[in-house]
Amino acid sequence: MELFSVSGLSERVYMSKIGGTIREIHYMETLSSRDQWVNQIHPLVKFVLTVIYILAVVSFYKYDVAGLAGFAVYPLAVFILAELSFLDSLKRLRFVLPLVCLVGILNPFLDKQEVMLAGVPVSAGVLSMTTLIMKGVFSVLASYLLIATTSLEKLCYALGMLHIPRAAVTQFLLTYRYITVLLEEVDRITQAYLLRAPRQKGIHFKAWGSLAGQLLLRSLDRANEVYESMLLRGYQGDYGYMREHAVPGRQDRRYFIFWMAVFALFRACPVILVIGSIF
Amino acid sequence: MHMADALVAPAVAGMMYASSAVAAAYSVKKVRLNADPKKVPVMGVMGAFVFAAQMINFTIPGTGSSGHLCGGMLLSALLGPYAGFLTMIGVLAIQCLLFADGGLLALGCNIWNMAFYGCFLGSLLIWKPMMRQGMSKAKITAASVLGCMLTLQLGAFSVALETFASGITELPFAAFVGFMQPIHLAIGLVEGLITAAVLVFVYEARPELLFCGAGGEKKAGRFSFKHTMAILGVSAALIGGLLSLAASSHPDGLEWSIEKITGSTELEASGGIYDRAGSIQETTSLLPDYAWKGSDSAAGTAFSGLIGGTVVVAVCVGACYIFQFFRKERKTT
Repeated sequence: MELFSVSGLSERVYMSKIGGTIREIHYMETLSSRDQWVNQIHPLVKFVLTVIYILAVVSFYKYDVAGLAGFAVYPLAVFILAELSFLDSLKRLRFVLPLVCLVGILNPFLDKQEVMLAGVPVSAGVLSMTTLIMKGVFSVLASYLLIATTSLEKLCYALGMLHIPRAAVTQFLLTYRYITVLLEEVDRITQAYLLRAPRQKGIHFKAWGSLAGQLLLRSLDRANEVYESMLLRGYQGDYGYMREHAVPGRQDRRYFIFWMAVFALFRACPVILVIGSIF
Repeated sequence: MHMADALVAPAVAGMMYASSAVAAAYSVKKVRLNADPKKVPVMGVMGAFVFAAQMINFTIPGTGSSGHLCGGMLLSALLGPYAGFLTMIGVLAIQCLLFADGGLLALGCNIWNMAFYGCFLGSLLIWKPMMRQGMSKAKITAASVLGCMLTLQLGAFSVALETFASGITELPFAAFVGFMQPIHLAIGLVEGLITAAVLVFVYEARPELLFCGAGGEKKAGRFSFKHTMAILGVSAALIGGLLSLAASSHPDGLEWSIEKITGSTELEASGGIYDRAGSIQETTSLLPDYAWKGSDSAAGTAFSGLIGGTVVVAVCVGACYIFQFFRKERKTT
């Protein structure tokens, strides 16, 4: 620990990045394995609903802020029903928001048509930028809610039901299973390297090939060991996740129909404006 | 370069999903995963390796910044184009689902932009023809750098094209492309060098692991290395020249195409379904006539929106808590 602190801030930040990723994976696994009501809904139902929700969100016209705002009901309701922390989900926006803002930031300057909003003239580009950000946030939240209430094994089962080739699904699941193992190995290797190279940011170019190459060779050897272990446990090209779940039940169907009706209603008419006009 | 859901229109997302699905189905057929079950664990672990190795920061000399491995090119050099492509799909899907790095709807675009170009074009157009006559450190380095630069250029161009086709940004297509391409040229060079360093290390330690390496195809290919390079060079010059010409004289390529076909830059349509669609759009949009400056109804619309939004949120939250209350009651009794 003393050596670590001598080597400086950059190493600490660097190592915490890999550690943070491992923690994030474990955290998501913990969330998806909880005994919540939403977690018990059939994975196929949640997967299809998520895809339809995102499709509906991105299909809104670029100035239709009010119509799009109505779609906040789905994440809002699922956050409450699944008893999930909204704050925890916000860090997932770190990849999406910068990209979306980068693409939309010029809209207010390029789309100069003026729109009156509550008596204040604003550029139509402001509206299109707002819908773009809303679409980005809503779609990320929907994906988060799916993965926070459904384990990847169950999701793989849903993919199997959608006739995605079984071998491809198994490969996807194995990749996921070995990510934490290899991340821990990367963490150890880079930690060992950085402790011997204090005040150095990242890996020196002379060690580019040998550092990652060693890891690669060890990973390939590990793949062979994994295969041999799987054979010893009776692996014949299929993985056990397929046997765990049945087809969607009555409750799953009700859940699906309810949300489909809500999506259809909010997509077909601006519910927020209709309710607002009553008052 | 991971695209978010907000940047793609449903039609574009659907088309890219379909294209990626065709490439994936072809790959599954070519790899014959069911016939060789050993491939599946190897692909799984290699996918995890790419994910983990992309967390390593490789310092770029003299800049103070760092770069990462190019997953597509590395996987296709080790597993071949088809197995590499399927493995990359797994990596991209996990990045999307677990870390929100790329959207679920935009996954088809991301597979095409990063996995298809990296694995299919990088491997079949560059890696395989260059390695047919035997491997060397220089060839591996050249193939990695060229492959990464070409595939990243194509990927970046596709991102701009997909965003433009989705009608998301007001930025002109030419300006967007002009912004994307040079950045990705530099990234491609760095990623290519890092990937080359790793592949050269593997070549020196265990050359049999590389695709088309020792024990690979011994038969001479249809094209020699020189021929392939010449074809690639001429194609790049032609495509680059034509694209830049079109971009400079016709900044808005789609409008230009439409004008050539219809005589106008706008497509106008009338008749049953168009009129009905127009009336639906008018009733469902926030600003049917955009409430341009001078409109009296705009302030009222915004007010209705605020009130309506508050009511909807209150009803939604209230209904959820009532639902939960009754479920807990039923559970305890």
